[in-house]
Amino acid sequence: MYAQMIKTASDGIKSRDEMSDEERTFQDKIDADIKIEPKDWMPEDYRRTLIRQIGQHAHSEVVGQLPEGNWITRAPTLERKAILLAKVQDEAGHGLYLYSAAETLGVSRDELVEMLLSGKMKYSSIFNYPTLNWADIGAVGWLVDGAAIINQVALQRTSYGPYSRAMIRICKEESFHARQGYHAIMAMAFGTPEQKKMAQDAVNRLWFPALMMFGPSDKDSVHSEQSMAWKIKIKTNDELRQQFVDQTVPQILYLGLDLPDPNIQWNEERGHYDFSDPDWSEFFNVIKGNGPCNTDRLAARGKAWDDGQWVRDGLLAHSRKKAAARMAAE
Amino acid sequence: MKNEWPLWEIFIRGQHGMSHRHVGSLHAPDAAMAIKNARDVYTRRNEGVSIWVVEAQHVAASSPSDKGPLYEPSESKVYRHPTFFDIPEEVGAM
Repeated sequence: MYAQMIKTASDGIKSRDEMSDEERTFQDKIDADIKIEPKDWMPEDYRRTLIRQIGQHAHSEVVGQLPEGNWITRAPTLERKAILLAKVQDEAGHGLYLYSAAETLGVSRDELVEMLLSGKMKYSSIFNYPTLNWADIGAVGWLVDGAAIINQVALQRTSYGPYSRAMIRICKEESFHARQGYHAIMAMAFGTPEQKKMAQDAVNRLWFPALMMFGPSDKDSVHSEQSMAWKIKIKTNDELRQQFVDQTVPQILYLGLDLPDPNIQWNEERGHYDFSDPDWSEFFNVIKGNGPCNTDRLAARGKAWDDGQWVRDGLLAHSRKKAAARMAAE
Repeated sequence: MKNEWPLWEIFIRGQHGMSHRHVGSLHAPDAAMAIKNARDVYTRRNEGVSIWVVEAQHVAASSPSDKGPLYEPSESKVYRHPTFFDIPEEVGAM
């Protein structure tokens, strides 16, 4: 879900008869849950789709630092500030694990960053929404990281070894993120009437953007069949979204807040909550670059990249000079 | 010349008495910075007591296509496992 709308590079699923020997052996391994490792043979389309998916996932981790970083200096207590700092630092680490996994597929870190900055690669739509106040920070940790966990837990079983290992590591750290967010929202929901109002407002505003994180409805996600067959994708968008709603509704009720969607209702027959679809036209619009913060986010990433250029160059020049001096001494 | 920092493979000793284990990789201009970055990235939750870093280009690896010649010969040598030998119970622990 940090990777939405990944276009699978493929012309549709091949039958066994249409596959080459290499493709058949590859598919057999995937069907037997044997992980694919960097040096193993893989179809070019599998490689390309994974680079897109892991790259977008990595970009989301890094861009996701921006809305939260916005509140580090304005956290209400020193403890909340230290917690938020630690969480945002984790996101940088998660981006790094994922970039490293993508790099094993033969794309370089700089290429990935350049594709983000030029708009060729996307990041999750959720980070194009603003964090207007402290309640949003709680809601982001709880709802956004909560949604991320649901997707990432499934992806621990993904077929590509380095991606799967990155997911396992990230999941271990991610539950701290969701819990600290819920804890912050709890403080507000059980606080003064004004604080409770802020908590309600944050949930109302972030609910649908959180649902959009899982990507378009299954009937509109045309490319997922091949990704499912390759086990790049483990569960469908709608399955994951339902899981998120079922998990989150009781958490909202515990806080004594109103549900953000009047159509949320337990469906005895399905054994799930019914709920309204997000406004998909808004989703596609944000993906296209017209969300409230798209311009700011990319500008911030571009500035960080440009401002850091002299540091990257300087440290590299220094290490080359020292290496040359060592060589000369030997 | 390509201006990307080289890639380093990171190995962490989780506890005293354990061996170093590969945990992932990162980019850094030199070994000292690689250790500093590894400390920030891979030991934020008490995961380590020691760090090794090796520049990725210095790691030599076996090829997946060598899997057969390398590992199949050991499959037929069941006598290398202690359970291959039935020792009478009267002999005692062995």
